[in-house]
Amino acid sequence: MTQINVRVDGASYTDDVEPRTLLVHYLRETLGKVGTVVGCDTSNCGACTVHLDGEAVKSCTVLAVQADGSAVTTIEGIADGRTLHPMQKAFHEMHGLQCGFCTPGMIMASIDLVGDNPDPSDSEVREGIEGNLCRCTGYQNIVRAVQQAAAEMRGGEGRHAAPAGADAGAQA
Amino acid sequence: MTAVEDPTSTAGAPANQVGQARLRKEDARLITGDTTWTDNMTLPGMLHLAVLRSPVAHARITHLDVSGAVDSPNVVAVFTGRDLAEEQGSLPCAWPVTPDMVNPGHPSIAVEEVNHVGEAVAIIVGRSKVAAQDAVEKIDVDYEPLPVVLDMEEAVQDGSPLVHDHTSSNTSYHFVFDAGDAGTGGDTDQAFADADVTVSRRFVQQRLIPAFMEPRSVVVQPSGDNYTMWSATQIPHILRVMAAMVTGIPEHKLRVIAPDVGGGFGGKLQVNPEEVLCLLVARRLGKPVKWTETRSESLMTAHHGRDQVQFIDIAADREGNVKGLRVRLLADMGAYLRLITPGVPALGAFMFPGIYKFPAYRFECDGVFTNKVPTDAYRGAGRPEATFAIERIMDELAVELGMDPLELRRKNWINAEEFPFTTVAGLQYDSGDYGMATDQALELLGYDELRAEQQRRRESGDPVQLGIGFSTFTEMCGLAPSRVLGSLAFGAGGWEQASIRMLPTGKVEVVTGSTPHGQGHETAWSQIVADQLGVPFEDVEVLHGDTAISSRGLDTYGSRSLVVGGTAVVKAAEKVVAKARKIAAHLLEASEDDLEFTGGKFAVKGTPGAGVGIQEVALAIFAAHDYPEGVEPSIDAEATFDPENFSFPHGTHLCAMEVDTETGFVKIRKYACVDDVGTIVNPMIVEGQVHGGLAQGISQALYEEAIYDADGNLTTGTFVDYLLPSAADLPHFDTGNTVHAATSNPLGAKGVGEAGCIASTPAVVNAALDAVRHLGVSDLRMPLTPERVWRAIHQGGDGGDRATAGTNAYGGASTETTAGGGRPASESNASSLGGDR
Repeated sequence: MTQINVRVDGASYTDDVEPRTLLVHYLRETLGKVGTVVGCDTSNCGACTVHLDGEAVKSCTVLAVQADGSAVTTIEGIADGRTLHPMQKAFHEMHGLQCGFCTPGMIMASIDLVGDNPDPSDSEVREGIEGNLCRCTGYQNIVRAVQQAAAEMRGGEGRHAAPAGADAGAQA
Repeated sequence: MTAVEDPTSTAGAPANQVGQARLRKEDARLITGDTTWTDNMTLPGMLHLAVLRSPVAHARITHLDVSGAVDSPNVVAVFTGRDLAEEQGSLPCAWPVTPDMVNPGHPSIAVEEVNHVGEAVAIIVGRSKVAAQDAVEKIDVDYEPLPVVLDMEEAVQDGSPLVHDHTSSNTSYHFVFDAGDAGTGGDTDQAFADADVTVSRRFVQQRLIPAFMEPRSVVVQPSGDNYTMWSATQIPHILRVMAAMVTGIPEHKLRVIAPDVGGGFGGKLQVNPEEVLCLLVARRLGKPVKWTETRSESLMTAHHGRDQVQFIDIAADREGNVKGLRVRLLADMGAYLRLITPGVPALGAFMFPGIYKFPAYRFECDGVFTNKVPTDAYRGAGRPEATFAIERIMDELAVELGMDPLELRRKNWINAEEFPFTTVAGLQYDSGDYGMATDQALELLGYDELRAEQQRRRESGDPVQLGIGFSTFTEMCGLAPSRVLGSLAFGAGGWEQASIRMLPTGKVEVVTGSTPHGQGHETAWSQIVADQLGVPFEDVEVLHGDTAISSRGLDTYGSRSLVVGGTAVVKAAEKVVAKARKIAAHLLEASEDDLEFTGGKFAVKGTPGAGVGIQEVALAIFAAHDYPEGVEPSIDAEATFDPENFSFPHGTHLCAMEVDTETGFVKIRKYACVDDVGTIVNPMIVEGQVHGGLAQGISQALYEEAIYDADGNLTTGTFVDYLLPSAADLPHFDTGNTVHAATSNPLGAKGVGEAGCIASTPAVVNAALDAVRHLGVSDLRMPLTPERVWRAIHQGGDGGDRATAGTNAYGGASTETTAGGGRPASESNASSLGGDR
């Protein structure tokens, strides 16, 4: 067992972990941070994405011991009290989720994406989140959500922000 | 339209919630991580299960020594098939499609023989998941190999090795629907004999994996002789009945809860071996247990979908009027029959004629056992297979006749004024306008412009060719009229139940038997009830997925939730209003007949101002100090709705596809579709359902295939190898709707969950073929990998098998069907069913 000190969503934790323990298992099973989920065992799906010292990581590819001394932010730590993070709000408003299982990882990856590229185009969003799989939405509304959140996060309307429902078809 | 409303703008509005793009109530917990996935559950003293699974496809277990695992640290118990043989029963198959269907039985854990890779062989129970998992490799097993049966066309030949040696063949059943015999059409053989033109094709529906994002998970808590099971399931109600019957635990001692469930797509429409095993182990040990699968376990052992070889013949006259349709299927059951394994192709039997007016039709299907994981429902379940076959063969007929594929469709489809229309398969289609949907879809796609570009690319010999593919489809949804299901030998009905509880403060609890896992029931049902009762949307809470709360239900599949379950909600609400009317009349000292109910308020006609709200009535009847004689002091109500007919969503899907003839790479240039799903309760949710369906249907055409090697190993057993599309792999979708209300339910809804998935696959393949047909390509096997498309263009045939299919991925000697052009089409046509061509 190895002792680690980790700050997760603003609180400090000290635990003894097996060296082989994955960060995601530490978060879920030791800390009860079950908002972060496990969707695969090959680091393909991205459902377990969290921020490690501000960078998005798939927490199934990080050992808990590697997080020693670091700050981890999960989906449970991004809202400001009862005020949702702009990315959470945008996923809700743009219907960027259905079953919601991929959503925590998708939101965490998207926040990181917008941090790197404050005004991503449609194809930049699609490529930016290609490490996160969603089986429900077909991604279109996720792309819209990321662009809306990006606009809010940089504090104004941007060149790529499409109006809500812009591509809904006509109803006879 | 799908404009997303400001959620506050209509708060408290009393009416017309239906039709609005209300944001989802469900989202609050899903976007914050405040979720209740089954794997999140922790109970005091809970033990964890790990499963030792067979590494071989077909073998006798000759030696099984678990002592190494028993002695491992923190292992509490180990169970083998022999330990549980007396009590495990057989997993249920609810759909014996023919009276003489052979069901070999389906143990949850192998006792003497394994029949597919991944079958459970031993269960390790540990204090932690890690402890249980670590002990798996300490079990010693010897297998005596048996011949492996993998290819359906070989499996049905006389003399083939058998999957189950106690059966006489690998054929489970032979299902026939003949319109001539049924009295719904003419003599099919005669129609073909008389026809000017016939076209025959062999299509392959590859094996797919539902691949819901949340891996399956089960928790069972024993309490005396009572058991509570949490499971990531689509079907808590059906699971409860079936698990009780399998294990002998009395039904009233078993409560099943589906908490937040992360997608299903048919893949969680199952009574899983592990659900039964968790119950058995919890009963043995008297302790709560949990099993959560890994993704690899999921891909290897959760049921698969599709997997048919389709032989389809179409007959027409020279002018392009269709005269007959003949379908023969081989449907891969896998090693066992699970819940509705045999019924999936039978469900498709009635949809092969599609939207066309065939005078004659015959369908035959053989269900075939192989040493693979069982197939069962996957989004569309039988109907995507049918839609693919008919929409592909219509294009082939158009080529044969030298007609425009759209003109051929227009000539043969049911016209708007002909509804309701009884098809050659005996179904009565309710409503629609195929022409209107098609015209709108052409507009959305920018059809004329793309056709012109196609022409330019063709003339210039551009290495990147363009094609446009059509799919004008319908599907049967709203499963289903119970009597119809009975006539098809399905083991249950198709009704749905709802109840409404009016709480003293006027808040409303709606209990539905339909069980969501991403569809947005809590939002849509709230919209319906808000309109029906005239109460604020926010005042409605929707309860579901717990057999102790929602006592009756038949769950969620087959695009049935809104059509059947939503209608039950409407019926329950009507009863609430009727009961409240009596109380209101009493309180207002008026005659019931003089009351009108609008906007949640009962008022005396012609007397403005005097009235009482239904939420006030709820409080009055809670107090029950003053209510009429002869009525019960409650305005709660429940209703069970059994539809009289299916509903028939339809639509036109158009795909424009670029094919790089030098690399075989295909890219969707534009995708447009117009769907008619009847009345739309929430356009935002409808659009989302269409998007998700499109992704899965397109992915069948382009990306996904479960591949077994020659030894029966699944070579696509991780997300590295089984290709789920990412955002970068899918196009933007242009979607629209026409609205022709369903006639079989008061909501007018037809169902939308499967539409995109059913319609899109043939549109994509037809588009790719349209791009390269002039190069001599007449078929392309799905998925359209660059390798396959390149081979078809440069070597002929349909692109053949994938490189790993049928080879020895793990180093064996058999490599006869590796690379190359696959089997030539002429050889492929020779089979026991298709050998006459």
